[in-house]
Amino acid sequence: MAQVIVVTSGKGGVGKTTTSAAIATGLALAGKKTVVIDFDVGLRNLDLIMGVERRVVFDIVNVIQGEARLNQALIRDKRVDGLAILPASQTRDKDALTKEGVAEIIEELGKDFDYILCDSPAGIEKGALLALYFADQAIVVTNPEVSSVRDSDRILGVLQSKSKRAEEKRDKVKEHLLVTRYDPNRVERGEMLKLEDVREILAIPLLGVIPENESVLRASNTGMPVILDTESVAGQAYKDAVGRFLGEELPHRFLEPDKKPGLLRRLFGGRAA
Amino acid sequence: MSWLDFFRANRKPEPASATQAKERLQIVLAHERIGRTREDFLPRLQQDLVAVVARYVAIDPGKVNVALDRGGDISTLAIEIELPGAKPASAGASAEAVRA
Repeated sequence: MAQVIVVTSGKGGVGKTTTSAAIATGLALAGKKTVVIDFDVGLRNLDLIMGVERRVVFDIVNVIQGEARLNQALIRDKRVDGLAILPASQTRDKDALTKEGVAEIIEELGKDFDYILCDSPAGIEKGALLALYFADQAIVVTNPEVSSVRDSDRILGVLQSKSKRAEEKRDKVKEHLLVTRYDPNRVERGEMLKLEDVREILAIPLLGVIPENESVLRASNTGMPVILDTESVAGQAYKDAVGRFLGEELPHRFLEPDKKPGLLRRLFGGRAA
Repeated sequence: MSWLDFFRANRKPEPASATQAKERLQIVLAHERIGRTREDFLPRLQQDLVAVVARYVAIDPGKVNVALDRGGDISTLAIEIELPGAKPASAGASAEAVRA
């Protein structure tokens, strides 16, 4: 039976789509057949981040409304075997998604794939609720910043009360914390919440920490999931996170600030850039 | 004090804003997590209190102020109901606060 994983956060702009693209690609690279679904109907972006925007013909709404078959809407990735994308509609609104329609799609995908990733829209409205409803596991993407942490806490509450597992009183959705845009230099200067603080407040198991890194923007510019940039620290951090997700024990990396500035800069009061 | 400090004079210590972030989050989330399991009782509490006061004094429902201050250890709820002045000549009206 396929595992359904929602990538969610409550707050927008924290890195849900970047994470969905990276984790889905990482799982496929690890040999797991993976499909990633964009639930952000009306504001689709996963296609761009995955670099398949020119290959979108049909979307999830077409499938739900019977205008296309699921296989016609799925886009198979050309770089990584066993990876597929189901894009969101750009022209309809969120109400075009129905619980029954999504249930059918997930059931059908479950026959062919090991993992079904659901890239949630921001907020706690219909699109976000549907994205998390069928989840077995949740990756909660959080920036070390007050509004993001608060919204993550809120979405954890929603997972525990509004998911199918919660409604059916089965084992609760397995939660994973993924801290993104972490800047150890700012943490050291006391300007940013420490990893330990975020962990203490949200109190869910830590899947990984993705450092603030220029490679993420470069990846989105070129439509290449950042995990494929194996030289970059963000790419490596995502690869570690996928490894942990699959049960490997890996130490968390990239948590230390750059080494101290040289004697001259210290003498003359230069601050680390 | 060392002579080095002369060169460092422009280097003010950073205010530890991250500490404030953590404290504020802990307080707001402690309250929000409680609220998750219960409905928001404040509007009904306000209605009930105003109804009780209105049984004894004629009050203007528009002149009711509710202030809530959520703190770490204690929270205060101040409900201020403006009572009409006894004499029309007296400037302003006396106010009474109910604290819960």
